[in-house]
Amino acid sequence: MIEGILIGLNTALSLKNILMVMIGCFAGTIIGMLPGLGPMTAIALMIPITYGFEPSTGLILMAGVYYGAVFGGSTSSILINAPGVPGTVATSFDGYPMAQQGKAGKALAIAAYSSFAGGTIAAIFLLFAAPSLSKVSLAFRSPDYFGLMILGLTAVSAFSAKGHFLKAMMMVVLGLMLASVGQDTLSDIPRFVFNNMNLADGISFVLVVMATFAMSEALTIIFKGSDPTQAAKQISLSKLGSIKLDKEETKKMVTTIPRSSIIGFIIGVLPGAGSTIASFLAYGMERNFVKDEEKLKFGKGSVNGLSAPETANNAACSGSFVPLLTLGIPGSGTTAVMLGALLGFGIQPGPRLYQTNPEIFWSVIMSMYIGMVILLILNLPLIPYIARILAVPRAFLIPLILFFSVTGIYLMSFNNFDIYLMIGIAVFSTILRLYEFPMPPLILAFVLGGLMEENLRRSLLISDGSWSFLWDRPLTLCIMVSIAIIVGWQIYKSFFQKN
Amino acid sequence: MRISPVKIISLLFFIFSGLYLYYAYQIRVFSFDENAPFNAKTFPIYLGYTGLFFSGLYIVLPEKKPSNVNLSVLDYRKTITLVILMIIYGITILKAGYFLSTSFFLVLSYITLGEKRWFWVFTLSFPFVAIFMFLLHGLLDIYLRDPFLKYLGIIG
Repeated sequence: MIEGILIGLNTALSLKNILMVMIGCFAGTIIGMLPGLGPMTAIALMIPITYGFEPSTGLILMAGVYYGAVFGGSTSSILINAPGVPGTVATSFDGYPMAQQGKAGKALAIAAYSSFAGGTIAAIFLLFAAPSLSKVSLAFRSPDYFGLMILGLTAVSAFSAKGHFLKAMMMVVLGLMLASVGQDTLSDIPRFVFNNMNLADGISFVLVVMATFAMSEALTIIFKGSDPTQAAKQISLSKLGSIKLDKEETKKMVTTIPRSSIIGFIIGVLPGAGSTIASFLAYGMERNFVKDEEKLKFGKGSVNGLSAPETANNAACSGSFVPLLTLGIPGSGTTAVMLGALLGFGIQPGPRLYQTNPEIFWSVIMSMYIGMVILLILNLPLIPYIARILAVPRAFLIPLILFFSVTGIYLMSFNNFDIYLMIGIAVFSTILRLYEFPMPPLILAFVLGGLMEENLRRSLLISDGSWSFLWDRPLTLCIMVSIAIIVGWQIYKSFFQKN
Repeated sequence: MRISPVKIISLLFFIFSGLYLYYAYQIRVFSFDENAPFNAKTFPIYLGYTGLFFSGLYIVLPEKKPSNVNLSVLDYRKTITLVILMIIYGITILKAGYFLSTSFFLVLSYITLGEKRWFWVFTLSFPFVAIFMFLLHGLLDIYLRDPFLKYLGIIG
């Protein structure tokens, strides 16, 4: 492991990669601050640029964007009560009241220190958990992988759908259907191509991500007539106050950070749960841990109440890399986008990644530490200036997002058909978003489609066409039972439960 | 009786899944693969049935949390104009070249969204695209096809 850490440090500390982390954190903070534009959009916009780099550099850039976007979301939560991402909603419960009391600078500092500490502690957990889990996961067979992928898809659907489980499952099926377009990987038989040569290689992952996130988010903003930059205009006008913390505040944070880091990391590792659930759970648990006197301050500007969700959401970000790097199965929409990008580089994450591509495995983990430091020393003092950059009018912001999306796909294929297809998917996604059909399950399914089919193929061939592989092994059986419970419970909850 | 729009979308998805299933059965596999436990059409067939199952379930079961969207407040004009501009951008990008088509797309989009500060409209289009192209083509060595700039001898 020491050797791996040194390899990772060597790669992550190269001038180019440090620069990429800085750019990633900075760009992520800007995009994450804009309500409606989350980490997935930020990463999606970066993918075409990363294809010009080495895989480790590209992944380091995307990891920086991820952390930056989460931090940016916290900033708009605290300053204007408008969370940029769902994972920072809990931050606004105590962050915004603090800002209203004239302690915005302090609230931002607490958020920054907590994010830093949560992310760093979770990255240490990742350092130890990932190689151990990689060894364990070598025992996994095709039926287990197939089951795990279905579990991941159902869990993401259950958590991201907010009571619309069946809508999320329809999105999963649609994602898998889109992934099935093109030549079959084993037999090269064309499927759903309709004699169109442009579809022979299938639909590009970047195209689907750009269309369903960047482009459709931009169109949704125009369609609904909302203005995400309005938030930024308010930020630049607000008075931040001092960012210095006193002894008592520091003491409160010191007790909150370790427990929230553990909660955040564990929730992050679970498929589908992610930073939103982690932050809410940490907030709720923190309220139970503190003294009665402090409990009364919750919702009115409590240091513990702000520190807990901020620590947990960053810890969950690090935790979500565990299933991605060790099993090759992303646990969230954001890590699904990263998996797609990795596959685009020709790298298959999984238990053998840290043996076959140690520089990628370790450099991503090491870059997390660097990213945390950069977020702390670069972003905190720069927040008022970043906010000013953000006061770009909507009339400029939206066309620029559309331009980056079209350019991204044009640079990859130099093909008009892909641009039309992307516009078509974006228009459909905009309509579906309007009626609360979640997009992360679609992306996750699209990325996992090929792998799922491959594992199902192997499982069915080994069992000679019998579906008994689903219950032959205790591990597979456990996974399948979990899936049945999630699906059954969600359908019951969506349609029959009264409260 | 008012039918929920989500039910209509589910019905469309049901029809789409049915069509998908039909085409999945039409996939021609090798004769020696026809009776194999798994061939090129196995997975799509399962997908088609799964799509029918979930969309059918949504159509049949009562809606507990119907999505209420106020259609009258949506900005159709600007959205449709932007989509049309993107299609035109897609048509012209290969023929007119990246520089001209992108710059005009940006100018027209800014105007569509109500921007009237001409200095910024100009600055964030032609010069902005030129700088962006320089970064991609000149510094990152990413190829950009542009017959117009090639004709002028600016790029090779």
